[in-house]
Amino acid sequence: MPRPEVLNWIRQQFFPHVWCPGCGHGIIMHAMIRALVAEGKDPTQTVLASGIGCSSRMPGYVNTCTVHTTHGRSLAFATGIKLAKPELTVLDVMGDGDCSAIGGNHFIHACRRNIDITAIIMNNNIYGMTGGQASPTTPQGSYATTAPYGAIDPTFDLCKLAEGAGASFIARGTIANPVQCEQLIRKGIQNKGFSVIEILSSCHTQYGRKNKRRRPIDNINFFKENVVPLAKAKTMSPEELEGKVVTGEFVNRQSPEYTEQYQKLIERVRG
Amino acid sequence: MSDRYEIRFAGSGGQGVILASVIVGEAAALFEEGWNSVQSQSYGPEARGGSCKAEVVISRGEIDYPKAVSPDLQVILTQKACDEYAANTKPGGIVVLDDFFVTELPKVDAEIIHLPIVRTAKEKLGRELVTNMVALGVAARVLEKKGFLKPQAVKQAVLGRVPKGTEELNAKAFDEGYTMAE
Amino acid sequence: MPKVAFWQGNVAIAQGALAAGCRFFGGYPITPSSEIAETMAEELPKLGGKFIQMEDEIGGIAAAIGASISGVKAMTATSGPGFSLKQENLGFAYIAEIPLVVVDVMRGGPSTGLPTKVSQQDVMQARWGTHGDHGTIAYVPSSIKEMYELTVKAFNMAERFRQPVLVLGDEIIGHMREKVLVEDGLEIVNRKRPVVAPDEFVPYKADPSDDVPFMAGFGEGYRWHATGLTHNDWGFPTNNAADIEKKMLRLMRKVDRFRDDIVEYDTYEADDAEVLIVSYGSVSRSALRAVHEMRQQGMKVGHFRPITIWPFPDKELGAYASRVKKIIVPELNCGQMVTEVERAVHGKCPVYSKGLVNGELFKPSEIIAAVKEVA
Repeated sequence: MPRPEVLNWIRQQFFPHVWCPGCGHGIIMHAMIRALVAEGKDPTQTVLASGIGCSSRMPGYVNTCTVHTTHGRSLAFATGIKLAKPELTVLDVMGDGDCSAIGGNHFIHACRRNIDITAIIMNNNIYGMTGGQASPTTPQGSYATTAPYGAIDPTFDLCKLAEGAGASFIARGTIANPVQCEQLIRKGIQNKGFSVIEILSSCHTQYGRKNKRRRPIDNINFFKENVVPLAKAKTMSPEELEGKVVTGEFVNRQSPEYTEQYQKLIERVRG
Repeated sequence: MSDRYEIRFAGSGGQGVILASVIVGEAAALFEEGWNSVQSQSYGPEARGGSCKAEVVISRGEIDYPKAVSPDLQVILTQKACDEYAANTKPGGIVVLDDFFVTELPKVDAEIIHLPIVRTAKEKLGRELVTNMVALGVAARVLEKKGFLKPQAVKQAVLGRVPKGTEELNAKAFDEGYTMAE
Repeated sequence: MPKVAFWQGNVAIAQGALAAGCRFFGGYPITPSSEIAETMAEELPKLGGKFIQMEDEIGGIAAAIGASISGVKAMTATSGPGFSLKQENLGFAYIAEIPLVVVDVMRGGPSTGLPTKVSQQDVMQARWGTHGDHGTIAYVPSSIKEMYELTVKAFNMAERFRQPVLVLGDEIIGHMREKVLVEDGLEIVNRKRPVVAPDEFVPYKADPSDDVPFMAGFGEGYRWHATGLTHNDWGFPTNNAADIEKKMLRLMRKVDRFRDDIVEYDTYEADDAEVLIVSYGSVSRSALRAVHEMRQQGMKVGHFRPITIWPFPDKELGAYASRVKKIIVPELNCGQMVTEVERAVHGKCPVYSKGLVNGELFKPSEIIAAVKEVA
């Protein structure tokens, strides 16, 4: 049972949630709320935005200022919210398809602006809600309803994409390590700039059943067996890293934040 | 259509004909009493290098149709624009033509005023860039003689529109045009 | 004292937005509307407002919706193809009931069409472009004064009805400059803020007096959920048939009920007219000239001009239909509003469509010729 201060952030009246039993997304929601509590955030001054998909149903359950937008566009909505009211703490939860396929343009430009939003990508390698179609993060060779012979599309590395595009905090965790997820989200919230936390989640229902990870535990075990912390990964060869999941903090850099830059512009214009 | 007076500036893209039309419109709207004005331009790829036109309609009353139907006054700065637009001058109207670029005069039922607009800008003022200001000076004189706009109003509009630091040159160009038109 | 200005139409829209209290603009460059964004980029910071050029048209409207959810009056502006791209999020703003002003300065289409030339080809896109049922409010200004004042009104209606309101300009009105007396002291309407404590706030529970729910901006102490999914009064997604129907019917009703407050039109020499010209936007300027000239020739011609094209002034036009012999509808498209005119006229007199799609504005003589052809 979650702690009372966590429950204050939950809309229990909207339960039961839509996620399948054993879905990884609940672990991420709990980690995110713990991070918000630990950071002492006021739910009336916190915004949680999302796009469309399983992950994007999360804001409905979180008792803060929430907006469930259109597919792929949540970061553009969140950008408007943050720029209009920079004093708000803004988080954005997205799925892998939401963030990197239909929403790819908004994602790279949010990174480029380094606007103070914490983006949590719940990457389960599949379009779960619509029935298990391949996404840009579906591993090559994996099966999906739109990749019945195995995916041939190269896989997106979203952390590298974010790094190239200019995000100032970038990290990856997995649902197999909820404490690390909470810590990384806290750091993302603390960062004054655009933070990307990719959390590898699981969809045993859609991805698992076609890729030999049929039970929730198969997915947790997959992460436990294949996670390589960044420090260790640095000592390994590309061949050794094949099929592994590198976790940790990839980028934590200082760079000018967009709404602060805009405020300076206002002051300059107004003299 | 005596309730409205239509003015068209035509030339090639870059000669500043749009700005000239905006200035006349502003002069009537902001620096005169009791005049309405509407300004429009042909806006398209031809606005760069090709022939380009901009129009102002001034009236003591409401202006409905915003474009020139048959201009009472045309100021035309290139032969191509002349060939294209001079013919639809209002019978009895006025066509001001630049004598450097327009060498073949149109056969129109209108008073033709053939003046060294471009040459004055280039040779006397040293900047072809102020061609439109010379042309405006000419137009201002015509509008004054018609009893419509005071040249001071047009000049005020010029000074409100040109970049800081270029007021003197532009005012001089305007005066040259005004004097040239007698 | 009204201020005298000589504004370009697009600048007048930006100035109207600022006067209405707009403090956020999200957009993307597109001809022939870009001067709106450019003016907002220059003016908003002076007022402490925010301008952002987004990565695309979709982002432009999304950012504006986000700002409005935060309690800041917001706008986006575009033209045909950009308007198409914005349609999904426009639908979001309808169902989530977010006040917003969307300007479409119409140019030729389909696709990239005629970027620098005038058209009125988005009349139906404005009504039916986004998916799903909703009530549409769209203004069609025909002068620079209206570009200014109807933009103010568009914000007022957006705030009053909690939904997007459209301003359909066109390239001629957008790019021309005209003397305008800028009235001050225009009425400004702001959205209804909740009157209950945060614990008692039900975000989509409508006020029975007008079917519009109260709205709290994010950060104003109220926690609530906005979603594009069909939702119940709590804003939570629902598949319950009764809840769905309740929401959808209220969305329609909140506009339908106040149709008479919204609809605006204007007439000229219409009372004894035998032929009535119905036109809007820049075309009405040509039509008024044509009426003026035909009256001088002794022809009994009048003009009816919708100022709101949505809702369409059907009752009002219908009243004229039984008095005139013929109606002619010149439009810069192949006949879009004419179908609404036919609906309003309901067979009481013949209706003739006169389309023009060559990128030019009707000359008054072309409208006169069209009238003479049917008269």
